[in-house]
Amino acid sequence: MQDDDTQNPAFLWVLQAESLWTTRAGTANKSCADCHGAPAALKGIAAHYPAWNSAAAAPITLAQRINLCRTTHQGAPDFPPESDPLLALTTIVGLHSRGQPLDIDETGPLKPFIQAGQTLFNTRQGQLNLSCANCHEDRAGHRLGGALIPEGHANGYPQYRLEWQKLGSFPRRLRACMLGVRAEPLPPNAPDATNIELYLATRARGLKVETPAVRP
Amino acid sequence: MPRPLINIPRKVKRGSSFDIRILLAHPMESGQRRDDFGKAIPRDIIRSVHCTYAGEEIIRVDLFPAIAANPFLVFSARAFESGPIVFTWTDDQGVASFDTVDLVVE
Amino acid sequence: MILPRRLLLIGTATMLATPAGATKSDVATAIAALTKGAPIRPGRVRLDLPLLVENGNAVAMTIDVPDPLPAGERVLSLHVFAEGNPLPGIVNAYFGPRAGLPRLSTRIRLATSQTVIAIAACADGTFWSDSVDLLVTLAACVEDS
Ligand code: HEC
Ligand code: HEC
Repeated sequence: MQDDDTQNPAFLWVLQAESLWTTRAGTANKSCADCHGAPAALKGIAAHYPAWNSAAAAPITLAQRINLCRTTHQGAPDFPPESDPLLALTTIVGLHSRGQPLDIDETGPLKPFIQAGQTLFNTRQGQLNLSCANCHEDRAGHRLGGALIPEGHANGYPQYRLEWQKLGSFPRRLRACMLGVRAEPLPPNAPDATNIELYLATRARGLKVETPAVRP
Repeated sequence: MPRPLINIPRKVKRGSSFDIRILLAHPMESGQRRDDFGKAIPRDIIRSVHCTYAGEEIIRVDLFPAIAANPFLVFSARAFESGPIVFTWTDDQGVASFDTVDLVVE
Repeated sequence: MILPRRLLLIGTATMLATPAGATKSDVATAIAALTKGAPIRPGRVRLDLPLLVENGNAVAMTIDVPDPLPAGERVLSLHVFAEGNPLPGIVNAYFGPRAGLPRLSTRIRLATSQTVIAIAACADGTFWSDSVDLLVTLAACVEDS
């Protein structure tokens, strides 16, 4: 389903993003297109996300970057996490990086955040007392009930999941895995979620962006 | 309602068969699911999809809750002359939406 | 490492479908309403579905009449029924004068392992069928909304 864009339901969101892209909003009355031109002008950038943001002195996700443009450049309210417009815009930007190898700068200020993410990935949690690595490294390729445990790469987000019956973000996937081990899921925009996403991006260095992927 | 994704060949030869693909944005809520509080989520589906070409019918499809979210349909039509292909789909409330693409026959 | 069995069950709370489902006799009734009692022969129509379904939320399905029919004959409609879903009907397709090949592909939901039946209605009043027995394995991961 993922190999054929005409069958990939995520492209319904891409279609929505095409019109959002040129819709003026906020006190600045500007559209994404007014400042960035066509979405293709942002080609390749998703391969570098999460990226360092000096104002926040922290890494931010692509969705958070888009919301920063909403609030600071457009003067409009940010899109709620997991909302269709935010998923749509994140997907269209991600799509223009499809095929680019993931490439996070691991030497600069991101370094401690990557390490924090790695620690979280290897820490046992929840009532079942399992770490991400217990499943996605020790048990990858095995079955958990009907589902195949994947290696746990995050190179295809936002992605269409058949189980969700819609498009969803990496943080949503993360919450599902955390609920799966009966841990307290991370709230939207939690820095720890961004750190895990960042670590996963370095762990998958060289893998190509697949946004928007389709998964069971 | 968000627009559907419609795919047809750019040009088709007169007399030949060609495929039409349509992907509709709709949750196809089956009426069988419950929310986090155990409350039944009411049924809300697209019931029928109708497709005509230059005013004559290609296909009419009845959909049931067993059709997956964001319905995807592929079917075949025969090329006669250039003309509009019109899609109409109707939901449980009886609300009809439509979209059109132009077919070029040579 | 042995994964606790209860992990596999977590998903069911939010995803659970109302257990009541269509039965064989519901499907038989729906088919009888279509054929008005005319005999149904195996053949002509082909139902293409995977025998092993890993995720019942979106299963690719094609129904068609692949071989040319006798001169003057044509397919009026195609119908698909499920014996193990909450409702017996899955899809009906009626072909008009501008239809090409008698074929429909879509993606369907399957609640459980079951038999799926396809029927083709031809213009000469005959009905044809094909069926697939398939196995649906359960998804293990949980859902948060
Ligand atoms: C008023 C101009 C303006 C508007 C409107 C605007 N942006 Fe931006 N955008 C910028 C600037 C300037 C930057 C560079 C970072 C900064 O200085 O904030 C940027 C950065 C970005 C980046 C990161 C690029 C990179 O190289 O990492 C993305 C993605 C982005 N914008 C998407 C959007 C989207 C989507 C919209 C519409 C919702 C939008 N922007 C609206 C000015 C704008
Ligand atoms: C009990 C085993 C288990 C644990 C622990 C677990 N996951 Fe998962 N994870 C899965 C399974 C199974 C899937 C695939 C679900 C499916 O496809 O239905 C998955 C999917 C994923 C995916 C999506 C991969 C893709 O191809 O899109 C990511 C990313 C992920 N997990 C990250 C994590 C992180 C981060 C943690 C730790 C917080 C974690 N997982 C903990 C079992 C686990």
